[in-house]
Amino acid sequence: MTIDSATTETLPRPATADAAPARPSRRRTSPRTVVSQVLLTAVLLLFLMPFVWMIATALKPPAEVFGAGSGLVGSEIRWSNFAEAWSYLPFGRFMLNGLFVAAAGTVVVCVTSVLSAYAFARLRFRFRDRIFLLFLGTLMVPQEVTVVPMFILMQQFRWVDSYAALILPWAFTAFGTFLLRQFFLSIPRELEEAATIDGASRLRILLQVVVPIARPAIAVLAAFTFINYWNSFLWPLIVVNSRDMSTVPLGLNLFLSQNGNQWHLLMAASAISMVPTVAMVVLLQRHLVRGIALSGLGGR
Amino acid sequence: MTVSAAPPAAPVAEPGGGVHRRDGRAALGFLAPSTSGFLLFTLIPLVGSLLISFFAWPVLGRRRFVGVDNFAELLTDPVFHRVMLNTLVFVVVYVPLNIVVSLGLALWISPRIRGRGLYRLLFFIPTVTPMIANALVWRLLYQPGGPIDQGFQALLGVPSPNFLGDNRWAMAAVILMSVWQGFGYNMLVFSAGLDAIPQSLHEAASIDGAGPLRRFWSVTLPMLSPSMFFAMIMTLITSFQVFVQPYALTAGGPGVATETMVLHLYKEGFQQFDLGTAATIGWFLFMIIMLVTALQFLGQKRWVHYDD
Repeated sequence: MTIDSATTETLPRPATADAAPARPSRRRTSPRTVVSQVLLTAVLLLFLMPFVWMIATALKPPAEVFGAGSGLVGSEIRWSNFAEAWSYLPFGRFMLNGLFVAAAGTVVVCVTSVLSAYAFARLRFRFRDRIFLLFLGTLMVPQEVTVVPMFILMQQFRWVDSYAALILPWAFTAFGTFLLRQFFLSIPRELEEAATIDGASRLRILLQVVVPIARPAIAVLAAFTFINYWNSFLWPLIVVNSRDMSTVPLGLNLFLSQNGNQWHLLMAASAISMVPTVAMVVLLQRHLVRGIALSGLGGR
Repeated sequence: MTVSAAPPAAPVAEPGGGVHRRDGRAALGFLAPSTSGFLLFTLIPLVGSLLISFFAWPVLGRRRFVGVDNFAELLTDPVFHRVMLNTLVFVVVYVPLNIVVSLGLALWISPRIRGRGLYRLLFFIPTVTPMIANALVWRLLYQPGGPIDQGFQALLGVPSPNFLGDNRWAMAAVILMSVWQGFGYNMLVFSAGLDAIPQSLHEAASIDGAGPLRRFWSVTLPMLSPSMFFAMIMTLITSFQVFVQPYALTAGGPGVATETMVLHLYKEGFQQFDLGTAATIGWFLFMIIMLVTALQFLGQKRWVHYDD
């Protein structure tokens, strides 16, 4: 209902009326804009309620989580819940595992994607377009289709319950190659030609000319790769079977299955698990819209 | 398949068309890491999954060729029918809701709103927080005695339904949570698309006497249709793959009321240890996704406008 009113109310109005003066020093905000902004803020607050409730619960004494009269704030603010959640299971270990797996995966994805994207964008060789099409064709294959053979492969390699199994199997999807190739194609060729005349090798051109220009695209790829690894759940659930190799989502799952009724601790752990990825998008926020448009990271 | 929605790829043929032998060598070096990984971890498993689906393949123990038995068994299994239906219901309700909410908010967060970046960022947050953590939070919200229930008691004087434990509500609860966490991506896709529409088009339309609604239908929507097509394809594909939300909220229950295809795949393969059946479910999923995507591409001519 709010959405309907939004579409009609906030259509970009022609700016003719109020943008006419040469210096629209400070456009006066119309009452409608103010109302629109206030309503939007209300929707945003409602939208954020789950997070608010998560943090509120993480700070409550356990007895006050449920039931009538259990408001947003408990009788005391218990920061100790966070410490308790942290030590209840080896959460530090889960975080380290997660950071290591995500960082290593991101490096592998970025390095291999930069190399192959450059080859597809700039080098001339036989079967280039056919190989690229083959890459592209597999973009549509859902992870779930290959998850069973991947597990069997891991059994063969004796990689079950290892970092290699967490990092490598999904580091070679065509997505990074596709994204960066698009970006490389938009870089003017002349920039590289100057370097070619100077006798620089292909690899040097790539590293010293192309990569610096493509830094924003690579940053977007890196950030979303990191986030995907950090959040990944189905594959770790399948291939990890020890506490020591668990990543943070698995740790939460473990928490739930062992102590699903300790909601104050569960919420504290959930809040902790969100910190790295939220920090990442906050840092990246200026590139967010452009990056999404560029990469077409839609869906979900 | 992302190709047609992304900016048009530059023509692939090189001017001159001469083949540089030197490039061939460099290309080999540049492509070696990614293609070997691609071969090992994408192509081989893809072929492998089809092969495995023709076997009775326990995690431990002897495997045995069974032809199309896995497919036949699934097709006659009433539980699997229910699982397919659940997945379909999820997709059919979730995708339009996601598109409407994300488009609505993208429009709402117009240039006249102050601090647009902040609104966009905050609405985007749940798409990057771990899904399992999101789901746990919503499990708490839905719990009897939890905040939603308390709201019911305070406002209506009756307890709320047991959302996750009640056949009639569980799927709706899963969908609501999924929309909450999922629409941020498409909202940003649409925001970028909207910002790219030249203001002059709106001005021209309003000089021609078009009201806000008319401008929305005749200017905004057509100009946005490539983004919408793209968003729709991606969201459809990912929504068929829904797993974490039912896993963490309901574990597929009550009964199998919220068991989706991937959740069923996981249970068959890694709780019942029947990898043959799991691989077969994966192929069913793949075929359905390909079919739906193909239909979308066939249908796009009727509503997607490309500039050139």
